[in-house]
Amino acid sequence: MSTPTTIFSAELAARLDRLVTLYPVKRSALIPMLLYAQDEIGYCSDAVVAEAAVRVGITELDVRNVLSYYSMLRQKPLGKFHIQVCTNISCMLRGGYEILEHCQHKLGVHENKGVTPDGLFSVEEVECIGACCWAPAVQVNYDYVEDVTPASMDAAIDKYRQLARPQ
Amino acid sequence: MAEVKTVNLTVDGKQITTPAGTLLIDACKSVGIEIPAFCYYPGLSLQGACRMCVVRVEKMPKLQTACTTPVAEGMIVTTESEEIAQSRKGILELLLGNHPLDCPVCDAGGQCELQDMTFKYGASGSNYVETKNHKEEQQWSPVVFFDRPRCILCYRCVRVCGEGMDVWALGVQNRGSSSVIAPNGGDHLDCEECGACIDICPVGALTSGAYRYKTRPWEMNHTATICTHCGDGCKTTLGTRQDNAGSEIVRGDNRDKSGINGDFLCIKGRYSFDFANREDRLTQPLVRQANGKLEPTTWEVAIEHVGKRLREVRQTRGGKAIGVIGSNRTTNEENYLLQKFARMVLQTNNIDHHRTADYPALLAALGGAANKAASLRDFEKAPAMLVLGNDPTEQHPALAWNIRTNVRTNRSRLYLANHADIKLRRQAKAAIEIPAHGYGALIRYLAGQESEFVPNDTATKFREALLAEPELVIAFGSEFRGRDLETLVAWALTLPNCKVAALGDYVNSRGAADMGVLPDFLPGYAPAAEGAGFADEYGAPLPTEPGMNLVQMMDAAGRGELGALYVVGSNPVSRYGVEPAVLANTFVVVQDMFLTETALLADVVLPAANLYEKSGTVTNTYGDIQLVKKASDTSGVRTDFEMIVRIADKMGARAQSMVPFGKGLRADLGQSRGAQSGEADRHAVWLAANNYEPKLSPFDPFATFDEIQRLVPSYAISRFELFSGADKAMRTDLVQIANFPADRADLVLPANDTLFTSGTLGRYSKVLHEVMESRETSPAETAAD
Repeated sequence: MSTPTTIFSAELAARLDRLVTLYPVKRSALIPMLLYAQDEIGYCSDAVVAEAAVRVGITELDVRNVLSYYSMLRQKPLGKFHIQVCTNISCMLRGGYEILEHCQHKLGVHENKGVTPDGLFSVEEVECIGACCWAPAVQVNYDYVEDVTPASMDAAIDKYRQLARPQ
Repeated sequence: MAEVKTVNLTVDGKQITTPAGTLLIDACKSVGIEIPAFCYYPGLSLQGACRMCVVRVEKMPKLQTACTTPVAEGMIVTTESEEIAQSRKGILELLLGNHPLDCPVCDAGGQCELQDMTFKYGASGSNYVETKNHKEEQQWSPVVFFDRPRCILCYRCVRVCGEGMDVWALGVQNRGSSSVIAPNGGDHLDCEECGACIDICPVGALTSGAYRYKTRPWEMNHTATICTHCGDGCKTTLGTRQDNAGSEIVRGDNRDKSGINGDFLCIKGRYSFDFANREDRLTQPLVRQANGKLEPTTWEVAIEHVGKRLREVRQTRGGKAIGVIGSNRTTNEENYLLQKFARMVLQTNNIDHHRTADYPALLAALGGAANKAASLRDFEKAPAMLVLGNDPTEQHPALAWNIRTNVRTNRSRLYLANHADIKLRRQAKAAIEIPAHGYGALIRYLAGQESEFVPNDTATKFREALLAEPELVIAFGSEFRGRDLETLVAWALTLPNCKVAALGDYVNSRGAADMGVLPDFLPGYAPAAEGAGFADEYGAPLPTEPGMNLVQMMDAAGRGELGALYVVGSNPVSRYGVEPAVLANTFVVVQDMFLTETALLADVVLPAANLYEKSGTVTNTYGDIQLVKKASDTSGVRTDFEMIVRIADKMGARAQSMVPFGKGLRADLGQSRGAQSGEADRHAVWLAANNYEPKLSPFDPFATFDEIQRLVPSYAISRFELFSGADKAMRTDLVQIANFPADRADLVLPANDTLFTSGTLGRYSKVLHEVMESRETSPAETAAD
């Protein structure tokens, strides 16, 4: 069952078409669908909500009820590189807060989930990311930066800035 | 029926036997033990969110929620103890953590469940020192306001909107302490505006645009009466308050759930009483002066004038030159009295009303069968339902509610045949789409007759499934009339355990037909041509030739053959698109609340009371007779009943012959030896036999109800039950229509009202206008914040 007009790429659309067939009830596919959509679009925009509602056969309000419940589903765009700094106990003891403040200061974003004016970076304080052995740890999109120091953080930021530069 | 398994348990030392599967909270309630609960609501899905209903069940760890625990054999339950009170008190303290203590201004103050529980468990103090998180109230629609801090997140509104109404306009967003009820339009509601969420809210988080900040619950008088709008006849409890012009209705609800509609009211029953308070409502009689203008005058002058002119027309041109148009919104007593006045005093059978369903054909087709007419209540529990035509969601909201509830809670099977894709299709087990004019062909096909209907695979299965149903109720719209209706009913009578209901449009359309506001039928569908003893009862000769119907009357008026037209609570000029010139040479009397198109053409306009301002009975489209109680008052107006009696009086009719009040109408207990000797006063005998007292006033509609019960066998229902607020089905088995003409003109003109229109009344209802306007403008403009 393919949605005639989709805002997603052909690959993702095909994946979502299959996704709704995997569960006894279609609405079970909602959370993975939103996660995949978010990875492609950057956030769960109104258009994502509208298409997800059609795909799983529920109201947009129902989609928003779920979307607003989960903190990893976002309704606003973030930076191209989303820096998630852990401040749970292991990271906190090893300087997680210093790393967070360092990032915020360096990038000039001071509110949680703030985005730099160029849209390249955003910084968020997060709960445990499961990398306590390498505390303090930071997650940038799906990559981990481990045993972070202010200097290694700077290096990582520079690396991502390079990545974003047109080749 | 299979034997119901029961279980025995002990609650607070009381032995209870209850059907297996009952929830503990309901089992307790059945023996009078109240367990507090905010989130639990009978009929809706279980939530288990509020934790107020906790009880101690022996051998179970921790306190258990009574609303989600089914009863079990040998269970020993404690519902009140120190431990339980402590737990509930703790819950209340949490709920009150962010709850503003604005009870003195809150609409719910005085009937708030949270307030009651706080009083009971004494959780008035709080250990919290944090400031309360205030949010401004929001307007979500013309009728729904949301005050976020008051919300205790019980989810009742979410569930009643989704499960009950099948609208799904409310949800819960975010989580934990930032959870909030959210409307589907972002900042506004896009819904059916039924207001169920407001009624069901245990606190004052959802409040009504009509009632907000107007009064306190204990300052109102509450009267349970029947909604004046559609043909379902829901019970609505009106809260009234004294005002300068009498008493004003400020609220409509159905919290007592005592009526035929149970939990349900639509926007009209809940809010559309506001026409009564309009500034432009007529409160003085108007008489057209020599200068051609309608000018206010006194009641005495106006009634005298009407009586004089009608008498003149009757004397000079005869009753045939007089027409009478009755109402779909007056009581049975008024309808009965109107036809009595027309036939007995005006000497005419030219009496009709705006017909919205072919009730005479229905009763003729039923042919005196008993228990074959479906009550609105039958749709609550029938194992299978067939809806042909109509769109109950828009035109019969209570029926649609019953159907949805029945499908949801009893797994009833709904069959649907319609030319449109109506909303109830979502509940249907099977549905077929047919052409707009294909209903006759469909019913011939279903009945196994020769039919031009070409069945596809779906239709074949549809018919097979229907015929296999052991029990069925059928509701059909005005698509079925005359012969098609006859075929339908004849087929239904061949099915096992089948009942039928015709869906007509207004609150007392059925009553108008039942009471003989028709040119060819007397009350109880006695053919006008035969008189059926009514002449004898009325003590006057009645015209026997069937009269003109509404359309024929207008044609006659156009030809100058109608000397007078008496219109009670109807607007034929607008409804039938009558040219003003048609009535130029007719003396027109109109009884109405407003200067309608018809009233503007009248020679005399008499300001009428509406259904909320009078007492009597009405009959809904299913034939359920219910009591109407006077709730409010507007100074200056009079009931149609009183006006008819007074006009009859001015025409020289004896009041007692119109309305049997007082003692001794023609009492002769054997003292005299004259022509009347031995002639008993049948009415007095009937009253005495039934242990009823004679009514004391000629304006008491129940005196006429006495006469109806005596003379119309189908209305011989239990008065005790009726007067105690129950609905009683009209006795179709006592209606006998012999020789029903096959070519009778049904003249059915469906009103096609939607959820937000209601004929003339809808035009004068501010709230209905606001709702419709809010839909036409952009959402951003409708929201208040």
